[in-house]
Amino acid sequence: MSEAVREAPKKERPEFRNIHVTELSNYRLPLAGLVSILHRISGLTMFLLLPFVLYLLEQSLRSEISFAYYQGIVSYPLVKLIILALVWGYLHHFCAGCRHLIMDMHIGLAKEQARHSAASVLAVSLSLTAIIALKLFGVF
Amino acid sequence: MATNDNIGPKRLVVGAHYGLRDWLAQRVTALVMVAYTVILLVSFLTGQNFTYEGWAGLFAQQWFKLISAVTLFGLFFHAWVGVRDIWMDYVKSVGLRLTLQVATIVWLIACAAWSVQILWSV
Repeated sequence: MSEAVREAPKKERPEFRNIHVTELSNYRLPLAGLVSILHRISGLTMFLLLPFVLYLLEQSLRSEISFAYYQGIVSYPLVKLIILALVWGYLHHFCAGCRHLIMDMHIGLAKEQARHSAASVLAVSLSLTAIIALKLFGVF
Repeated sequence: MATNDNIGPKRLVVGAHYGLRDWLAQRVTALVMVAYTVILLVSFLTGQNFTYEGWAGLFAQQWFKLISAVTLFGLFFHAWVGVRDIWMDYVKSVGLRLTLQVATIVWLIACAAWSVQILWSV
């Protein structure tokens, strides 16, 4: 038995490595993977925009004049876009985080269920972002 | 030489950082932030005074200052765990990673001090 194993012709074993950055564009992530990387991206976005948020909080609380000034700042379209990015980041991070907390309790770990919950995260966070975007840009 | 008992089935999986503490802290702070979000939403949906007085009046109450501060400290801890994970995953150079991690800690402590100043200036 051991000799048979030794004499068997060596097969070329496939080698798997992490994909390279340049291959990212033609690699299709599963839905749960997409939610996962967006969780990370939204978290980093909010971390980087932390000074902006604290600045707005400070301006909105300091005095009536700075409150009016704050209202002026947030009426610029570019600032509205930044706020919308924050809103999306918050909503996605919130929904994906709740999914994590539920999965930590060993609920919905099967492949199909995880796929469905990932789809729900995207559906909820994106539709809420869309509603807030319409509100922010004064559609209703 | 003392024998190393910390191997194989005897290996301690908790107690010396092994990641559990940070993992748990991330979950607990997440729950705190969910609770704060609910409080903010309720006060927004039941609010009538959407002027400066209403906004500053909300933050003028001591209990609101305290839960805001607790939530923000939780957020900074949460952000530390998450951002540290990002540096550990993508930054291979030890020197650069350490620099980024230290910068993150310093920055988050500064934000914590700033947020206390903001909250208690109302």
